[in-house]
This record gives sequence, structure tokens and C-alpha cells, in this order.
Amino acid sequence: MSQSGTRKLDWQSKEMQARVRRRYVRERRFRRVGLGAVIIAASFLAFLLFTITSNGIGGFRRAELALDLNYDPAILGIQASDSSEEAAATAVSRADFRPLLASAAQAQLGDSSLVSEGAWLAVRDQVVEDPSLIGTTQRVWVVGAPNMDILAKGQVDFDLAPDRRGVSTATVAAYRTLREEGRIRLAFNSGFLTQADSTNSELAGIWGALIGSILTMAITLGISFPLGVMTAVYLEEYAPKNKLTDIIEVSINNLAAVPSIIFGLLGLAVFLNTFGMQRSAPVVGGLTLALMTLPVIVISSRVALKSVPPSIRDAALGIGASRLQVILHHLIPVALPGILTGTIIGLSRALGETAPLLLIGMRAFVSDVPEGVTEPATVLPVQIFLWSDEVGRGFVEKTSAAIMVLLTVLLSMNAVAIYLRNKFERRW
Amino acid sequence: MSLGAFALVLLALATLSYVAARARARAFKVDSHHHVHSRPSYHGLRAGLTALVPAGLLILAWGIVGDGVVAEQTLSQLPEASRPAPGLDKQAFLNEVRGVVSGELPAAFRPAANEAVPIYRSTQQSWTLLIGGLAVLLALIGGGYAWLRTAPDVRARTQVEMFATVVLALASLIAILTTLGIVLSLLYESLEFFSRVNPLEFIFGTQWSPQTAIRADQVGSSGAFGAVPLFWGTIFIGAIIAMLVAIPLGLMAAIYLTQYARSSTRKILKPLLEILAGVPTVVYGYFAALTVAPAVRDLAISVGIESASSESALAAGSVMGIMIIPFISSMADDALSSVPGAMRDGSFALGATSSETIKRVLVPAALPGIVGGVLLAISRAIGETMIVVMAAGQAANLTANPLESVTTVTAQIVQLLTGDQEFDSAKTLSAFALGLVLFIVTLMLNIYALTVVKRYREAYE
Amino acid sequence: MPDATVVHDEVVMADGAKMTARDVDVFYGEKQAVDKVSIDVDSHYVTAFIGPSGCGKSTFLRCFNRMNDTIDIARVGGRIELDGKDIYDPKMDVVQLRARVGMVFQKPNPFPKSIYENIAYGPRIHGLASAKADMDEIVERSLTRAGLWNEVKDRLDESGTAMSGGQQQRLCIARAIAVDPEVILMDEPCSALDPIATARIEELIDDLRGNYAIVIVTHNMQQAARVSQRTAFFHLGNLVEYGGTEAIFTNPRADRTRDYITGRFG
Repeated sequence: MSQSGTRKLDWQSKEMQARVRRRYVRERRFRRVGLGAVIIAASFLAFLLFTITSNGIGGFRRAELALDLNYDPAILGIQASDSSEEAAATAVSRADFRPLLASAAQAQLGDSSLVSEGAWLAVRDQVVEDPSLIGTTQRVWVVGAPNMDILAKGQVDFDLAPDRRGVSTATVAAYRTLREEGRIRLAFNSGFLTQADSTNSELAGIWGALIGSILTMAITLGISFPLGVMTAVYLEEYAPKNKLTDIIEVSINNLAAVPSIIFGLLGLAVFLNTFGMQRSAPVVGGLTLALMTLPVIVISSRVALKSVPPSIRDAALGIGASRLQVILHHLIPVALPGILTGTIIGLSRALGETAPLLLIGMRAFVSDVPEGVTEPATVLPVQIFLWSDEVGRGFVEKTSAAIMVLLTVLLSMNAVAIYLRNKFERRW
Repeated sequence: MSLGAFALVLLALATLSYVAARARARAFKVDSHHHVHSRPSYHGLRAGLTALVPAGLLILAWGIVGDGVVAEQTLSQLPEASRPAPGLDKQAFLNEVRGVVSGELPAAFRPAANEAVPIYRSTQQSWTLLIGGLAVLLALIGGGYAWLRTAPDVRARTQVEMFATVVLALASLIAILTTLGIVLSLLYESLEFFSRVNPLEFIFGTQWSPQTAIRADQVGSSGAFGAVPLFWGTIFIGAIIAMLVAIPLGLMAAIYLTQYARSSTRKILKPLLEILAGVPTVVYGYFAALTVAPAVRDLAISVGIESASSESALAAGSVMGIMIIPFISSMADDALSSVPGAMRDGSFALGATSSETIKRVLVPAALPGIVGGVLLAISRAIGETMIVVMAAGQAANLTANPLESVTTVTAQIVQLLTGDQEFDSAKTLSAFALGLVLFIVTLMLNIYALTVVKRYREAYE
Repeated sequence: MPDATVVHDEVVMADGAKMTARDVDVFYGEKQAVDKVSIDVDSHYVTAFIGPSGCGKSTFLRCFNRMNDTIDIARVGGRIELDGKDIYDPKMDVVQLRARVGMVFQKPNPFPKSIYENIAYGPRIHGLASAKADMDEIVERSLTRAGLWNEVKDRLDESGTAMSGGQQQRLCIARAIAVDPEVILMDEPCSALDPIATARIEELIDDLRGNYAIVIVTHNMQQAARVSQRTAFFHLGNLVEYGGTEAIFTNPRADRTRDYITGRFG
């Protein structure tokens, strides 16, 4: 390299050209690595959704078997003397339908175990609804046993040795006969969406957990939304600059980052052990999640309130509105979309939360749909967790199907949040 | 009469006070010509609130603590022999009693519970009458007083606004109360734990086997509470494996999205990453346990590592890493976009390529922001629970082999608190000690990271 | 059109200039920022672009090293050549172009690195020094030329952002000349500086003139008069008049130039 000031680089020289080429190669490689990172993340998402869907789609269908049922009052143990309508209804609801189904299955299918152990429940409900069925013979589609389910869905690998397939050759033969007779079908699994948990995978449904989630979320929303908005209004509009305000702000920022399981410990120690509230109840779960959601709502509400231009506040104050009137009539309406967006995001996080609810006992096996916020209940994510521990093909399918429902709910909540944000985003 | 009925009576009384006071205010507006401070509806609100608030608070407070008080009183009236053991047994006992009282259960299974039902019912009834009557009385006094004091010179609007301010300020105190609640409950239970187990053993011990404590009266029931394997497992999965996955992918994704992708591409890809952040952790956990863990094990076995566990640190850590990607990417995105455009221009004007500019100017300039983001991500990863509960296992191994099973602080908390054990055993209490450690560590990480990020943002403003 | 480009006699628009621009248009989206501007820039001269703000002079300047590429909505038409080669030719390598046509910005923008690393950055990415000693030499020479060496030689490890504004700007100039450019573009380099620092930069520009073609955008007419030999006056995206600085300031031919120089607008 020359010392003189007139030194000029020879950009056309071979080395320089090669160097520039190498730099461009590196540039392209770096860019591809970046794109690769995005693609890896996106394909993981795609793979996850694909796995869950392909595992879970079967959960929305179930095998049903055709049985000709003779609703014989004698087998059902219903006396002819139950003449009054009310007495008849009670008698039907108390009647034991199991022998009826077992004998019909034994006679018509050759094996009573092909029918689900809980199939009689649906049959009973049908008769309770329409007592005139008693004494008649009807062809009824009843829920099949799990092995019928996997055979009908083609989930048995016939390449395996017969003793490793999980279903006996006799069952396979029975299934083939039924199929030829047209006595087996795959139908929409309405029970999955309308029933609560069950120990029988073919009868387990998410309705109970869904109601549990809705009750819990109602409590969470009912507490965290007003408290969150009020806190945000106070901090933005009233709070003096002092130590206490600083402590409140620090608390909120830190609560937003505290691991969710810590809130579970709080709920356990305070709500259950100190206040003696009901274990496993949506009200406790809702309270716990409300404390977790509160900071999210406060932070997003403050951002929304901050973005209201001062001119609006000044205008309202200028015509003699009181402080509260300014807030209620002007600030909150303008900031509402932002507040709602934050609330939905906070709620969707609470809806997907599992760990804190495990600690306050919302993992109980609940086979009844909860009817109030103080009854034992479980929620959708916990139901997923519980089912994921169950062995058996049937529950794998149910777990994935429940995840599909949960993800659908969450994604639509997020879509609403994004829609709100885009629709009402104002530029001042 | 139930508490709910009393609450309805209260509402009715408050409405009555509102209407009456408003009417009175309207009346003096007509016959007096001098200036009236507040509009009639404010006088109404003032009276309504005076009637409602003290009584309502009473009812609310009773609603929260009432069940507990009634339960304790009922139990104390039972003969010693019929009382249930504390903990879960007591819970179940009370559930039965309450079930019968509310009419959901025809009868309790335990004879003792059946015995308790009438006591519970009468205790509850007398308390409800007492509290409800008191509340109604308070409402009558409050509403009546406010109605009598309704006068033109009363600054009702100022008072109502004052009330609103106080309510808002009280609402904002909930955040402090929550923090206090967390700190106090964790501290209280942890101190209880440390009175039984030496804190030094807990923090430095390498043996973790709380499961030996099945009954309090058993020999050797204290178990071993050396939490080092848990701390290590937490760091190994959350701060090492997950970050090895999340930092490169998240950072490169942010770089691609902010520096290379056209805005139309960005509009599609960014929400995709956000979806990844919105998937509940239980779904990741299920996916890790069902799909990733077996795949990792099979892969390890196929390359000749026979000891590979089906609950490996690698499976849990890498899925957690994927979960953290959007978090790192959005933090890095923020950090990169707050680097002034002049830096980029300066580098481009010297003939640097994009990648040279990014690697040598933008990333170094954004480094404090990125590091702060990574620290926040680590704090989130070590507090994450469901993935490790479902995919990492419960074996407290002190190993650096990612194919072996390790357990974490959060997984142990869940494990310890979901078993059937009485509440104040060392095993259960240890969960709170673990929670305290987790809380302190994440808190410090967050505070430090937020300061770094804040200082960094100010540097470029 | 009354204000078609007026070119003074002493500035010959001819091939063989270091850089030539012919009929250059720049659009930002729908808005036209520069309208059919033709100009020559030559070595050993300082060329000043003057005009009221928003006249397109900075935009036009950024065309000479294709910095407008970094703005998505900017579109450049016409032809700009460096040593007779079209710089907007797809075969033209923008990395080399920017190394040959350096740029100094309005606001000093040192990298948040040490003073040494700020200078070494360009040579390093272009591979201009293989050994540490070579790099040390480049750093010293660049800082010396920028008149900064004596001030900073004992604190080369300190951050470039910790210096005063004037020093930062001289550091940016040193950074630009470290890659040995042929042309240096300066976009209002003194607008963020105090008068003393401005005077130092102006001296520096004068010193550098011998080795480079320098183009400086300024809205300070005294500065244009002090440092440049040639001046181009822009107004509303048009080049109004181009000629020797002396002639433009003493004897402007276009009315708009006269009005601007005498302070009637701008």
C-alpha cells in the first residue's frame, strides 16, 4: 500500500473481484440463514398443527353399532302400575338399561363387549325423553366399544403379528361381519362436544371442561377487567408522583413477569388455606387467574389511555366537565378498543393456563357438568393434561381433539383482538 | 334468608335512597334562587352510595370469609372423635357437609359428616341473619342520614368524585396486595419448611427425594431435600438447551423480518410467529411428550446411545426453545429497530453489505437490548411449567447428558402439591421453598433485564 | 420555460468528468423530488449544491452512491456515470460503488464502537489491510488527514460516540476516507455543528480537495462561497443554475438564483 495520498485501489484486480464475490456469497448465505430461521419456526408450527390435527380429527367421530332394542318393561323393571306420567318418568330414569343392551348385543352381535360400557346412558336418555317408546322395538345406533372404534377408523396395523395388534382376531372377525351387515358406522361424535369427562375414552367429552373454562373465565374477566381499568385510570389520570405510585408501578411490571405457577402457590396458600374457599372450584381458579391477568390489562389500558391525545382532555375540561366526566365520557370511550384488545390477549393467556390451576385442585375427575362457580370443575387445558396421562389410543385421539377445540377458541380470540386493533387503530 | 336475598334488599334500599335524595334535591332547586352546587343526580348518587357501600362491604367480606368461619365453628362443636384430620381429609369432609346442606347430596357418606350437617346449617343460618340484618341496618342509617342531610350547599358532586378517586386508588392497591400476598405466603411457608430442613442442605444438598415422606410418623420421614439437582435441571433445560434453540432462531428470524423481508412478507410471517407464542404451554408439553421425546430417543438409540431416556432434557428443552422463539424475536426486533437509521446509512455508505452492516454495526449496537430480551426469555423459560411436567420427568438427576431425564423446580412444585398429603408436611412445604427461590430468581432477572433494556432505549432517544 | 438550466461558461459540461449525471429524475412514490437534472462533478474541485430546503439537493446527492436504494419507495431515472460507467447498471456492484463514492451525513453518525474500530471498519470489510500494522497505518493516516490524529491518538480505544459533535463529524470524514474513495459526498455536514467546529470542517474540506472530487450539500450560502469552486443552485427539484462559485455569487444569470442569493426567499 502506498503512502501517497493519491493511492487508488484497483477494484478491477483479481483479488479484489474475488473478495467482492466472496462477500456476496456470505451475504446471500446470511440472508438464507435468516429466512431459514423463520421457516424452521413456521414449519414447527405447521408440524405441530398437522400432528395434532391428524391425531385429533378422529376424536370427532365414533363407531356406532345398530341394535334392535325391544324396550320391554319387564327387562327394564318398570311396573305397569306406574300409570301417572310423573311416576313413569321416575321409573324410567331409575330403570337399569344395562341388561337390555347386553342381551340385545349378545343376541344380535354375538358379543356384548362390542358395545360401549356406557352406551346404555344414551339409550336411557332417549326413553326418558319419549316414554312412549316403552314396549316397542326400535333400531338404535349405540356407541361402540373402543376396539370397534379403532377398527372402524382403520387404526389397526394388520402388518403386525395378530397378538401385537391390540385387538383379538375374534374381534376383527366380528367387526368384519358387522361391516358386511351394515350394522356399524362412523358418525359424528356428538358426545364429545356435549358430555363431560368419563373413564371410557369413547364416552369422554369436553363439555364439562368447556363449561368449567367459561365459568372460570367469567370470574377472571369480572374481576380483572374492572380492577385493571380502574388501576390504569388511576395511574394515568390521578396518581401523584410519589413513592406509593412508584411501588404500584413496580409491582405491576413485576407481576406481569412472575411465572404463572407462583400465582398457583398464592391461590393455594391464600384462597384455599387461609380463606378456606372451595377446592377445585371455578371461583378460586378465576380469582387466581384474575390476579395473573390484572397486570396485562393494566399495562395495555395505560398504553391505550396514554395514546388519547391531550387535546381531547383539554377540550372536555375547557367546557367545564369534571375529571370523572372527562374520563367516563371521553377518555375511556376513545381508549376502549385498546383496552379490549389487551383484555382479550390477557384472557386468552388465562384460558390456556394450566399450571396454577393444577395447584388449586382443578384437576379432579369431574364427570358432571359443573352448574355453578363453587362446584368442583376442571378446565379445558387441565382436561388436556389429564387425558394426556391416560393410556390407550382412544385418549390420544381425545387429547388432540380437545387441543383442536382449545386452539380454535384461542385463535379466534386472538383474531378478534387483531381485528379490533386494526379496525379502531386511530392515527392522531 | 340467604346472603343473596340480603344483597338484593341492600340494592333496593340504595336505589330508594338515590331516588329520594334526588327528588329532595330537585325540590329545593325549584324554590331557592341561589346557586346550587351539584345537580340532583349527584345528590342521589351520594345518598345511594352512602347506603350501599358500608353494608355492601360487610356482605362482601362475609361472602369471602364466611364459609371458613362457619366451617371452623361447626368443627369445634363436633365431638373430638368425629373431627376430620386437617388437610385434604378436612376438605373432603366439608365438601360433603356443604353438599348435603345445599341439597346436592341426599346424604353424606361419613356418619360424622351427617352429624355435622344440622350444626353447620344452624350456624350458617344464624350468621347469615346476623350479618344480613347488620347490613340492612347500616344501609338504612346511611341512606337515611344522607337523605336528611341533602341540602343545596352540600357539595355532592365533589363528594361523589372524591369517592370515585378513592375507589380507583384502592383498585390500584390490588397490585401491591398481590405482590405482598405472594411474598408473604411464600415466605411464611418457606420459613416453616426451613424450621424443619436446614436451609444450607436445601440450597447446597445434591440429594432430592421428598417422596420417602409418606406419613409424618414414619421413620426417616423427612426425606432428602437437597435442591441442587432441581436447580441444575432448571438451568439445563431453561437457560441452556432452550436458549441454544431460541437465541439463534429468534435472533435470525428478527434479523430477517426487520432487515430483509419485504413488508408484504413480514405481514404474513410475523403473525405466524405470534401464533407460536399464543399456543398454550400444555399443548407444547403434550407435543413434546408424545412426538418429540420418542423421536429424540429413537434417534439417540439409532446412533448407538442405548441409555437414552424417553423423558429427555433435550426434548423438553428444545420444545421450550421453540416456544420462546417469538419472545426473543420480538425483543430483538424492538432492539434492532431502535438503532438509529443513521448507523445503517453510515455503514452502507462505506460499501458494507447488509449482512456486514447487521453483524458488525446493528447487532453490536443493539446488543444491550438483545441481552436484556434474552434475560427476560430465560426468566420466562425457567418459570415455565407444563412442558417440563409433561416431558422432562421427575427424576432428580445431576447430569449434563441432554438425553437423560432431569427435573426442574416447577415440575417438582406441581409434583409435590398434587399428591395426597397433608398440608404442613415437609414435602408440601418444600414446594413453597422452591417457589420462593423461583420467585426471587425470576424477579431479579426481570428487574435487571428491564433496567438494561430501559437504559439501552434511553441511550438512543 | 424561463428557468431552463443556465450553465456558466467556465464550467464545461463534458465527458471525462469524474461523475456525470444526465436527466436524473427521482420519485418518492408518486411525488417527484428531482426533475431532469444534469450535472458534472470533477476531481480536485469542491462542488456545492445549494438551494432552499426541500429543493431536492440532498435527494439528488444520495443518487451518486445509490443510497436511495435503501428507501423502498424511491425510484431513480436517467443516467449517472462514474468514470464513464453507469452506476445504475445492474452489473455495477453497489458495494464497490459506495467504497469509491464515500458519504458524510448531516448528523454525525459514528458507530457505537471505539474510535479505532470506527475507522478500521471500512478497510476491514473491504479487505484493505492484511496485517495489524497496515490497519494501524490506515487509521493513523485517515485520522491525520481529517485533522483528528493529535486530538485522539492517546484515546483510540474510547467510544466514538463520546466525542464532541465536531470531532464526531471529523471522525466520520476520516472513516469515509479510510476506504480511499474517489468521490466524497457531504450532506450538510456542518448543520449540526457550532461555528468553530464548522470552521474546522471547512478547512478540512479545503485540504482534502486535492485528492478527491467533493460534493457538498449546504443551505448556508456563505459556506458554499467559502469552500466550493463550483456551485449548483436547485429549486423545486430543478437545477436552476450551475457554474463557477465566484460567478454564481457575483453574477447570477437566472432570476431565481439572484433572488435566493440576495435573500428574497429560501
